[in-house]
Amino acid sequence: MTATAPLSHEAIEHELGRLIERSWQSFGMTVLELSAEHLVPLVTGLRDKFDFVLFLDVTAVDYPERSPRFDAVYHFYSRRHNQRIRLKVRVPAEQPVVPTLAGHYGSARYMEREVHDMYGIEFAGNEDMRPILLYEGFVGHPLRKDYPIEREQPVVAYRSPG
Amino acid sequence: MDVAPPLVSRLDRNADAGNVVVNIGPSHPATHGTIQIVAELDGETVKRADVHCGYLHRGFEKEAEHHTYHKVIPYVDRLNYCSALNNGFAYAEAVEKLLGIEITRRCTVLRTLLCEYNRIADHMTCVAASIMEMGAMTAFLYLMTVRDYIFEHLNHLTGARLTYSYVRIGGLARDLPEGWLARLEEILVFAEEYLERIHGLLDRNRIFIDRTRDVAVMTAEHALNWGFTGPTLRSTGLAIDLRKDSPYLAYPELDFEVPVGINGDNYDRYYVRMCEIDESIAMVRQCVGLLSDGPVSVDDPRVTLPAKDLVYTQIEALVHHFKLVSAGIVVPPGEIYVSHEAPNGELGFYLISDGTSHPYKLHVRSPSFVHMGGMHTLLEGYQVADVVPTFGSMNMIGGECDR
Repeated sequence: MTATAPLSHEAIEHELGRLIERSWQSFGMTVLELSAEHLVPLVTGLRDKFDFVLFLDVTAVDYPERSPRFDAVYHFYSRRHNQRIRLKVRVPAEQPVVPTLAGHYGSARYMEREVHDMYGIEFAGNEDMRPILLYEGFVGHPLRKDYPIEREQPVVAYRSPG
Repeated sequence: MDVAPPLVSRLDRNADAGNVVVNIGPSHPATHGTIQIVAELDGETVKRADVHCGYLHRGFEKEAEHHTYHKVIPYVDRLNYCSALNNGFAYAEAVEKLLGIEITRRCTVLRTLLCEYNRIADHMTCVAASIMEMGAMTAFLYLMTVRDYIFEHLNHLTGARLTYSYVRIGGLARDLPEGWLARLEEILVFAEEYLERIHGLLDRNRIFIDRTRDVAVMTAEHALNWGFTGPTLRSTGLAIDLRKDSPYLAYPELDFEVPVGINGDNYDRYYVRMCEIDESIAMVRQCVGLLSDGPVSVDDPRVTLPAKDLVYTQIEALVHHFKLVSAGIVVPPGEIYVSHEAPNGELGFYLISDGTSHPYKLHVRSPSFVHMGGMHTLLEGYQVADVVPTFGSMNMIGGECDR
């Protein structure tokens, strides 16, 4: 890889600061916090201006005591800067919706389905929200903190093929 | 009885009337993993495919939130069980960074050595399984022989063939047993000899080339868009490798190349893996040269278990052992994303600590899961007989994919 100057969060703020609420460094990684309506423009800007071409991961974190309750956490990789970045979007429990990134990255389709399974967060615009790690008929969202680990779901009855 | 289908695929509803919808898996003799592929076929050609995983889901992330940091290690082993050491080292590094622990020199080199040693076994599994499914039984048995020597050898070190639980926060479970390095060199020589035979059997084999060349082709842009990493991404010609780009462990000191492909087809994925095995063998040898004497675990009473002979003879050591095992280690609050170059691609651990002895959140960015999300793009447009070789070339590991 050709080495380029490391990308500071100031450089990103300089270009896209109006979309970012807060930014800091955490263990060498730039973290940007933003609101859901700025997610798509920011990701577009990161991809087009800073070459964040690889959408690595999306997950969520549940803070039941906090309002808004969830964080949606994204990780991207920039080829040109050889750097990873984290985006955090606060998601309220009353209306757990964030826009999908499926239009920007194909890999978003599957990963957003997993977050939907586990936390019940909707990704507006991702038309495929079927369960992926769970099964049709599973009740609840197991990675929410209020889902007890010992809860059992009924065994799926035998389903005859057709 | 009211019956519901196991999986609702849109293809069942909106497939072209002249096409046939075929279900492959989740438990199928030709897919060495629990994965379901619903394919819409026009004759023998796959028009559209719907890949569905999750049949091996066992709630890894939920379990991790209810276990102390050390007790997560056996679960971590069961992600990619073909290269369990790589998973453990990535997880341990995430915890160690939050704790601010720097592992010993001998531990750094040993972990690097074992990462590459396990990568050899993992790549051999992938190549062996995918060519076996194309009918190459000899090559399969050759590779499985070598792989089994490696597993027996790791068994000597760790006490288990596949799921080692060998890593510890701040070090390793134990040092190398006597004679281990001598046997290591024997196995490497043996592996090289057998890899020559694999190259001879496959590289210019007409049948193998016909089955893999120009099948499931992709460009680098396509691979990035669908989140492919590891050998799958490098088969398209992009030299993106965490060991080079953001080196961890002892990788900065090692001399190695990053093999890349040209076409991004199944043949290139086979060849990239074979070249990576060669590089890994060279790296293991370099690590043996770098090994220095010293402890394998840090001398930090916050995390390191006391020696067993002390536990059995001294009350202080016994109490210390008991506290570490029952209460666990306390990790300061913080969040971190640590990614390693696992044999399949970027394996990331996103860990949040709230200052207690359990992870508040532990998320795994598993390469297999992301690969399965993009695999349908490699199946569509090719023959139904290509489904299995393409799937094999991705080396999907159920434990890591479904967590």
